[in-house]
Amino acid sequence: MNDEQKRQEILAILKTVDDPELPSVSVRDLGMVHDVLVNHRNVSITMVPTFAGCPALDFIEKNVKLAVESLEWVERCHVEFSFQIRWSTDAITNEGKEQLRKHGVSPPPENYQPGEEWSVDCPYCGSAFTSMDNVFGPTACRSILYCGSCKNPFEAMKPVVDYSVV
Amino acid sequence: MKSFETVEQAKQNPAYYEALTELLYQLADDDFIISFRGSEWLGLAPHIEEDVAFSSITQNTMGHAFLYYQLLEDLGEGKVDALAHERAPEQRRNASYFEKKNGEGSYYGEPWYDWALTVVRQFLYETMKKVKLEAAVKSSYEPLANTAQKVLMEQPYHLAHWKMWMQQLLSSTEEAQEKIQARLEEAWEEGKDIYDLGPKAQDIVHHQLISGESELKQRWLQEVQATIKDLPADSLGDKFGSGRSGEHTADLDQALQTLAEVYDSDRYAVW
Repeated sequence: MNDEQKRQEILAILKTVDDPELPSVSVRDLGMVHDVLVNHRNVSITMVPTFAGCPALDFIEKNVKLAVESLEWVERCHVEFSFQIRWSTDAITNEGKEQLRKHGVSPPPENYQPGEEWSVDCPYCGSAFTSMDNVFGPTACRSILYCGSCKNPFEAMKPVVDYSVV
Repeated sequence: MKSFETVEQAKQNPAYYEALTELLYQLADDDFIISFRGSEWLGLAPHIEEDVAFSSITQNTMGHAFLYYQLLEDLGEGKVDALAHERAPEQRRNASYFEKKNGEGSYYGEPWYDWALTVVRQFLYETMKKVKLEAAVKSSYEPLANTAQKVLMEQPYHLAHWKMWMQQLLSSTEEAQEKIQARLEEAWEEGKDIYDLGPKAQDIVHHQLISGESELKQRWLQEVQATIKDLPADSLGDKFGSGRSGEHTADLDQALQTLAEVYDSDRYAVW
């Protein structure tokens, strides 16, 4: 197996490591995997945290390490979070968005302007007849909304995008 | 002015290093203490949705404090946990106004906290935080500029929340308006630290780590005035001393004791 094949194998296994707060959504589909380096039997992974105040980072680090080290050829996996690289909700893959919806969490809206109000469609029935209940939800990255059509409360990933300073 | 991309580059210039760490302590300690006062509202906020919102903001703000302490750890100032828990009050660089208790009583006793104080303080603080972050993204220290950019992506949610509270209370009953007004006047007597960069201000600005005090103050006042028309006419005072110089009140002692209680029970515990 050459290094590129090894890299692909790592990336594939990272599809199986879920965010502890969002079961069924992998850390890779959330766009948290920045770089994978393979050096013989050692693997080094740079990850990007979503929100700065996310308390799940330690669990994610441990789960990623365990998953990668379960591969036969891997001796050691080092995981590092870099706060110097910016995560934005644009980094969530289409598969990630689909999995979020299945979990009752709407993916973030597109064309969001920082500080402005936003809305998303209901993840259950697809209706646009939704209202914001609380921008702040059970975790830093989520908001609580209500669907006026199917009468379900639901959550959405808060949009975070690059903030340009003039 | 050249930019400093790495810890090593910053360390090669002692004057630069000193100004940089001074500013980082101010930014870290402000977020840290404001998060602590926020955490003391847990379960006491005016309604359940506010409780969820405020604790989420507080948790995320503590995450911002962590980012600044991490920059200090990278610079060799000590471990993040030690920087947060072990430094004595006189080593703290937070604004003294931010350490003020939330009101009468205590969290575990009879917390007769004042929501007007909290709305006024959080609004003034988040507005200044935005102004400082917008200046810090252009900082000569690149790791700080990158961190500021990350925090700026999250912070608009915090500011929008407290702006909404401020607007609603200002257009509410006479009692609400009077309470806000009284707390604003108090903030003006005590809050000079909000824009003050402390004894090393000149060096901080000279090394282009952030904008100067007068510019920060002017931009902050402009933003505050967009929401609150009638601001106190006087200039801001420092009734309880300059937190940027390490002058603090007994309120900070209480905060640090409570914060470090678990940490101090076993400093070598592994979590």
